[in-house]
Amino acid sequence: MTGTQYDGPLLWVVIFGLALGSFGLRFLFLGVVGNRPMPEWVLRHLRYTAVAVLPGLVAPMVVWPAATGGEPEPVRLTAILATLVTGLVTKNMTLSIIAGAVVLGLGLALT
Amino acid sequence: MSSPTSRSAFFLGLREALPMALVVFPFGMVFGVVATEAGLELIETMVFTSAVIAGASQLTGLHLMQDAAPLLIVLASALAVNLRMAMYSAALTPHFGQASLLRRALIAFFTVDQNYALCAKRFDGPERLSLGWKTGYFAGTTVPTAPFWISGTLLGALVGDAIPEWLPLDFAVPITFVALIAPGLRTGAHRGAALVSAMLALAFAWLPYNLGLMVAGIGGMMTGAQLELILERRKLKKEGLA
Repeated sequence: MTGTQYDGPLLWVVIFGLALGSFGLRFLFLGVVGNRPMPEWVLRHLRYTAVAVLPGLVAPMVVWPAATGGEPEPVRLTAILATLVTGLVTKNMTLSIIAGAVVLGLGLALT
Repeated sequence: MSSPTSRSAFFLGLREALPMALVVFPFGMVFGVVATEAGLELIETMVFTSAVIAGASQLTGLHLMQDAAPLLIVLASALAVNLRMAMYSAALTPHFGQASLLRRALIAFFTVDQNYALCAKRFDGPERLSLGWKTGYFAGTTVPTAPFWISGTLLGALVGDAIPEWLPLDFAVPITFVALIAPGLRTGAHRGAALVSAMLALAFAWLPYNLGLMVAGIGGMMTGAQLELILERRKLKKEGLA
């Protein structure tokens, strides 16, 4: 992790923190809570964690890409659109990665 | 794990999970390549990927570290992506609650999206399955997932250096993430949550310490939960009229 504070022992803190935390989340009910039911409203929020966090992470990377110095760029926007549409239509992760990569590659080669 | 029932369940699980390897392996490669590009040593990348076994979470952590975000934000954001694992754990508990603590710990460690989805489909069917059968089936579904994830990362990390400079690797992460989310946007509630999250992240990008992502995550979850309630109520009303 060159050039940041994670260029040393702090990286290991992150790795072990994520390892422990991820195991903790996976073991929480199986090991600790057991069969006790969770309140419905908690479950309802948990159902949306992945679709609520990942788009928020991606949106700034797409609109202000680091590679262009933060300038919005049509080729990258089109590539993301191709990925999104392919994923929505085919429900296939590998196909949508390929679609995005092909559009990005072609777009950058042609411009 | 040695009775004939659990053995046949193991091979059934293995067979049904085999296509997942085609998704897990390339995704593992992406993490290996991106981690190597970010400057991680081979040993760091491999411990990271084998101890966490959660691609989206690992890429989130990696990206925020590159952004030099504070430690707490890195951990909180990457773990937030993994909150769904707590839900999987809750859903598996009625099936494995009677297993030994060691087995429950092993099952927890190897739970990922793909093998959870297969188990959920199998276990909630009409058949009554024994604990031995379920354990065998889970073990079978784990073989094409976690090991392929880890070996994919290894290959990605090894070839990462050989990838030419002009390739737009910066965009591997957004493309992978969108490909990961899009197939899961099944309902209006899912799509609403994703849309609100993206818009909040852009609107609050000016917040320090990547706190905009926290706003986006919480806002997206609340949107999803509320939309689900509204859509359910509307459906009930429609059925009441029919």
